[in-house]
Amino acid sequence: MITRRNFLKSAAALLALVPLRAVAAVWNKAAFAATKPEAALQGLGITRPQSSSEIDLVAPDFAENGAIVQIEVESHIPNTEAIAILADKNPTSLIANFMFSNGAIPKLITRVKLAETCELKVIVKVGDRYYEASKNIQVAVGGCG
Amino acid sequence: MADLMKIRAMLKGDTTEVKVLMLHPMETGRRKNDFDEIVPAHFIQQVSASLNDKIVLEAQWGTGIAKNPYLTFYLKDAKIGDKIRVTWMDNKGESNNIEAAITAA
Repeated sequence: MITRRNFLKSAAALLALVPLRAVAAVWNKAAFAATKPEAALQGLGITRPQSSSEIDLVAPDFAENGAIVQIEVESHIPNTEAIAILADKNPTSLIANFMFSNGAIPKLITRVKLAETCELKVIVKVGDRYYEASKNIQVAVGGCG
Repeated sequence: MADLMKIRAMLKGDTTEVKVLMLHPMETGRRKNDFDEIVPAHFIQQVSASLNDKIVLEAQWGTGIAKNPYLTFYLKDAKIGDKIRVTWMDNKGESNNIEAAITAA
């Protein structure tokens, strides 16, 4: 017989079986759908990022083709947990959010699309503190078609 | 299916460099085709990487990652022969993964 108590018990047991990873791995639709950087940051729970010289952001000053712009990001801030990448002039601001664990170095190289000349911004998460670095990139032909 | 992803993991000094290439259209949902029809959004949303079955990197992507995504990431405390697996999943629920053992540079 299914009593409320038994139901709750088994529901709790089931929940306990779901690995944490599956819960963390829900795509952050609110953040990625945001058309303004402020809204994207809000979607990620990022508050008051401080500018930091401990973040390396390597990207071209001038991008001939906005469809493929290679960027390199490295955080030298101890205990960096995540790096988010945003472009203020893209149709949706948030490009990616990378979360590091178990010996991953907070450093990555990837290729992004830039719709037009913009401010490329990276935000580093360290516990509940946030740090940022940005770079202006001139884009000749936009790549967000 | 193996051709949809490429991976190379090399130990350089005390750091392992993992390079991954994924073949994927990364359609934004805003592009129009030659018939002036919107091409539906089709893009990778999640990427995860594990070292010997332990998660080391989890990424969420939007449409701003370039077509045929390229990613390099770095690990410390990894050894030659250790297994790296990279998995992606897109907005249509399609996914793919590839595994490689770390080699000497």
